[in-house]
Amino acid sequence: MKNLIKAALAIVLASGGYAALAEDKGSDEIAKYREMISDANPAEFDEMRGEELWKTAGGPKHASLEKCDLGKGPGVVKGAYAELPRYFPDTKRVQDLESRLLTCMTGLQGIAEKDITTKPFGTVDHKPAIEALVAYVAGQSKGVSMAVSVKHPKEKEAYEIGKRVFFYRAGPYDFSCATCHGQSNLRIRMQDLPNFTVKKDAQQAYVTWPAYRVSQGLFRSFQWRLNDCFRQQRFPEPQYASEATIDLTMFLAVSANGAKYDGPGLKR
Amino acid sequence: MNAKWIIAIAMALAQVVPAQAAKADAAPDAKAAAIIKRDFHDNGIAKADRVNQDELQALCTRFGDNPPRKDQERIEKQQTQAIKWPADGKYLGDWKAGEQLAQSGAGMTWSDKAGDPAGGNCYNCHQLSAKEIAYGTIGPSLLHFGNTRGNTAEVQRYVYARIYNAKAANMCANMPRFGHMGILTEAQIKDLVALLLDPESLVNKE
Repeated sequence: MKNLIKAALAIVLASGGYAALAEDKGSDEIAKYREMISDANPAEFDEMRGEELWKTAGGPKHASLEKCDLGKGPGVVKGAYAELPRYFPDTKRVQDLESRLLTCMTGLQGIAEKDITTKPFGTVDHKPAIEALVAYVAGQSKGVSMAVSVKHPKEKEAYEIGKRVFFYRAGPYDFSCATCHGQSNLRIRMQDLPNFTVKKDAQQAYVTWPAYRVSQGLFRSFQWRLNDCFRQQRFPEPQYASEATIDLTMFLAVSANGAKYDGPGLKR
Repeated sequence: MNAKWIIAIAMALAQVVPAQAAKADAAPDAKAAAIIKRDFHDNGIAKADRVNQDELQALCTRFGDNPPRKDQERIEKQQTQAIKWPADGKYLGDWKAGEQLAQSGAGMTWSDKAGDPAGGNCYNCHQLSAKEIAYGTIGPSLLHFGNTRGNTAEVQRYVYARIYNAKAANMCANMPRFGHMGILTEAQIKDLVALLLDPESLVNKE
């Protein structure tokens, strides 16, 4: 409860306080701000909503998601996110959290896939269930060491393809992910850029997503994070939960192995 | 099956596996390209065909931005020949308009509308005027750029070319090809040349 009061306070601060800080445009100021509200993240509200959605019967089949297998057995949520993406024998493919939630929501609850994937990202007046579920599941891995496997041949292949997606240069700006995220100690404007080819940076960045985005007042999933990167990369839009995005996630997640998962995070 | 046979099969496999591993790199390359082509779709002005690489992009990707010298020389020559020089022979525009362009990070994303003017995105990666402290560091600092280089026609022509197509001088550079790819107009590039070279520009004045 104490944390929730702090989270509520964080939202109030976020609406007014952040704007003033944003004008300073200093990384230090943003770090200070993060520190100030670090043990109170508005994402906790999304986690709570996600937990309720997980446990409540819904969809045409009136089923909860409590039989959803995120890789550690039906219904096991604790620590599941720290091992995703992974290969799932039932679907015979590698899945990240969001594509796996799609499998469960369509399979167990009978929800039509396009009802979820048409608008999978939140806006002020549209808060998709899948995002709240992401917040809940990710939160249940807090403090767990990232241990994403590449033992299965499909996992190894996903990692290799993801690495190639990361270095793929195209579009009107000739950008790849690596253009901004392949060298250390760089920034765009005042925004520091993690270098995903260096373990320490990759760990720090990966374990703090998904996250509550203060400047947008919204919880953001990892699929959103990749989607908005590709937008700024001047690419066309990646299909939600597509193989390209899952494989890229695999590459990034494996790069973060060994670090304690510390999300949902709190971002500018 | 006896133990001898198992060992024989294992030894045969051990010889086959490394031979296949050597070939394995090309397979994920092709598969990754196919997946990328399948999994991106049109959104607004950002059409799916943007993932199709031109030869320069393909070579830079394939060789990790370090292509063989002969490819590099050929492509840089080709990119240089494709530079469209201003018909009026003038390179210097309005540095104030250039500063506004440099500030803007707009353009070419799927949230930009067709016909909206693109920005130069300059401050995203470069320091330019001393007054703007929110500058990125992916590219080198261009503070006082003109002061050490002067403002001669040759320098202007050189800067115009660098903005028009940074890859003409450095094939796998990070910087976009603003003229070559139709991101900025000739007039906009001239304004940016002025921002860098006009002695009155904030880049050089303070």
